[in-house]
Amino acid sequence: MTRKMVTTCEKGKLAESLIRKDKSALIDATGIYYRDLNSLLRSLDSEGIEKIQICNVYGQRYIGTNLDNHLRIDIYGTPGNDLGAFMNGANITVHGNVQDACGNTMDHGQIVVHGRAGDLVGHSMRGGKIFIRDDAGYRVGIHMKEYVSKRPIIVIGGTAQDFLGEYMAGGVLVVLGLNMKGEIRHNARFVGTGMHGGKMFIRGEVRHVGEEVTITDLTEEDTLLLKGLVEEFCGYYDLDAEKILENKFNKLIPVSSRPYGNLYAY
Amino acid sequence: MKSYVCPEYIVERDPDRCIRCKVCVNQCSYDTHCYDEEDDCMLSKSENCVNCQRCATFCPTQAITIRPNPNHYRSNANWTQEVLTGIKKQAETGGVVLTGMGCDKPNLTYWDRLLINASQVTNPSIDPLREPMELRTYIGSKPDKLDLETVKGDGIILKTKLAPQLQLETPIMFSAMSYGSISINVHKSLARAATEAGTFYNTGEGGLEKSLYKYGDHVIVQVASGRFGVHPDYLDAGAAIEIKIGQGAKPGIGGHLPGEKVTEEISKTRMIPLGTDALSPAPQHDIYSIEDLRQLIYALKEATDYTKPVFVKIAAVHNAAAIASGIVRAGADAVVLDGIRGGTGAAPRITRDNVGIPIEMALAAVDQRLRDEGIRNKASVIAAGGIKSSADVLKAIALGADACYIATAALVSLGCTVCQKCYTGKCPWGIATTDLWLTKRINPDIGAKRLAGLLRGWSLEIMEMMGGMGINAIESVRGNRLVLRGVGLTDKELEILGVRMVGD
Ligand code: SF4
Ligand code: SF4
Repeated sequence: MTRKMVTTCEKGKLAESLIRKDKSALIDATGIYYRDLNSLLRSLDSEGIEKIQICNVYGQRYIGTNLDNHLRIDIYGTPGNDLGAFMNGANITVHGNVQDACGNTMDHGQIVVHGRAGDLVGHSMRGGKIFIRDDAGYRVGIHMKEYVSKRPIIVIGGTAQDFLGEYMAGGVLVVLGLNMKGEIRHNARFVGTGMHGGKMFIRGEVRHVGEEVTITDLTEEDTLLLKGLVEEFCGYYDLDAEKILENKFNKLIPVSSRPYGNLYAY
Repeated sequence: MKSYVCPEYIVERDPDRCIRCKVCVNQCSYDTHCYDEEDDCMLSKSENCVNCQRCATFCPTQAITIRPNPNHYRSNANWTQEVLTGIKKQAETGGVVLTGMGCDKPNLTYWDRLLINASQVTNPSIDPLREPMELRTYIGSKPDKLDLETVKGDGIILKTKLAPQLQLETPIMFSAMSYGSISINVHKSLARAATEAGTFYNTGEGGLEKSLYKYGDHVIVQVASGRFGVHPDYLDAGAAIEIKIGQGAKPGIGGHLPGEKVTEEISKTRMIPLGTDALSPAPQHDIYSIEDLRQLIYALKEATDYTKPVFVKIAAVHNAAAIASGIVRAGADAVVLDGIRGGTGAAPRITRDNVGIPIEMALAAVDQRLRDEGIRNKASVIAAGGIKSSADVLKAIALGADACYIATAALVSLGCTVCQKCYTGKCPWGIATTDLWLTKRINPDIGAKRLAGLLRGWSLEIMEMMGGMGINAIESVRGNRLVLRGVGLTDKELEILGVRMVGD
């Protein structure tokens, strides 16, 4: 048995979904304005729907924002900027690439991308996990934070660009460089500039790190953490974790939690 | 290295009056006073004194006088005491000279060169004590037109869907001051006073402490570059959301809340580890253009289901008018302009005193630009930075503001003496500090009363002045530059302000 649900229309086509008996819903996003799509998602969320498939997504923004429940969303296509911005618990899988600011100021939940990501993945992220199968753009994980048990995690399968982990204040960033041939050398510059918390695990070498960063070897605890994350990553993309972990990882941590302590004359 | 900086103030104690009660010792957080047991006498280390007047206020016998140090360098209009002291400090530390509060230079104020009109003979003035006066103000985007429908039995109903609005009983709100730069008790005082007076207080960028969520209907939650304490509950808690792009005291630069101010409670509200520096980057890293700003405005609207107005705050800078136009087109419900005299908990002095423009000019230019472009109704304009009296509020409204933000004035009502040392975190008045020993000095019950008293006093004064002009609704003052005249201003200044010369 299926029934239809339609939301009020702001612009363009009416957003509608097919609701199935198993508390799942199917949305064809062709031509639907982002506001209508998101408002439909919220309606479905409040109806107690647990699983939503959205097909033909072409650039609609803010998918996953303001959904409080533990919804599972499968996106087919290319979601727009700010996917999962301020997200609070949803679990999103993207079968395609994502644009800029995926997981912006995200609080809780998970985003798994079967493709590549634009700039600013996990900007100011505060909790939850993001997995990107391929490369990501500039400023990944910039100003990520953590507080007690809230520790955000980003794993990038490919490489990432300049200002990776800039101002990083907490959380864990992993970059695997899986698509690199020969010696793994990430081209990013200014990695961890202004970093004052958290850690990055980078498989292979980094071209240029910020002044506020030191590169060290992994401790036993780090290795365990990394192993768990890589295994989880490989689980989503059907890859061999053991093989990935054979390579050398560098750990990037801040020199100090107070990088600008001596800047002032009192 | 021996410091060449000479003490700014001299602490004097009248031995005939001093009863050696040691109140001053306890009150001063800069360790200026001490008691010598052996000689049974009070001593002072003048070099520590910042002239906050706390000890003098609390001395039960008025025995203490704080004076500027008469040992002044040879007077020189260019090489002033401040310049010389700054250079010496920098030579000794190699650092940036910090300061607190707003720009203290006299030549950047226009309010005092604008005068308000009153009615004489040709239209009657109104006595606000006996006649109704309307100060109520709505902040938010107003529609281009209203669609009305006549319904049988129901009369006329409004068909236009209105954008979310804040309802203010007086056009004055408390400006952003973060929890961390000021204490929890000050936040409590502000929240309670705003609730009582029917207005709003702004959290600043340090998040909203859990116990203050209950005042949410009177809270504007700020989202700044550091995104501290910004999570869905926080966004839901406030009545409006403010995106902070810049601040009048330090346009274009970020901020550092030093690690020693990040106490247990602060770390919990900001959601960062104890004792780490809280760094607010200079830009918001998801906003490098007006298009990006639009993206964040709508992300916040999506996150709160389009139920709250979203403000965008910028520092008043040279091309504020064009930027404000972009902000309005990006979908903001209100533009906040913060002038060069706006306060801060900490800023490089060089930036505070040299970067940005006065609020009066920015406000006039922005209001005019938005009118010229036919988009003034799409967003409210809020003026901030250097509003120090009810007359300033009224003048700002006449120049085009919908409402004003005050912060320094609010702190002064709580005891602050504008000593400009907020960045030390040792505010003896218990305001700009997170030290538990000092924060106790503000009692939120008394604080709220004092703040509410200030708002009431200013509101009464505004009504008096409006009545004097024969105007009974603040709406009729808004953007009504004819009620102002300028004095001591050049033609160009008058042109930008859009006001005529006195006598004209
Ligand atoms: S700093 Fe304030 S409390 Fe201390 S001596 Fe000076 S005026 Fe008194
Ligand atoms: S808040 Fe405190 S430290 Fe800052 S100017 Fe006022 S009295 Fe001085």
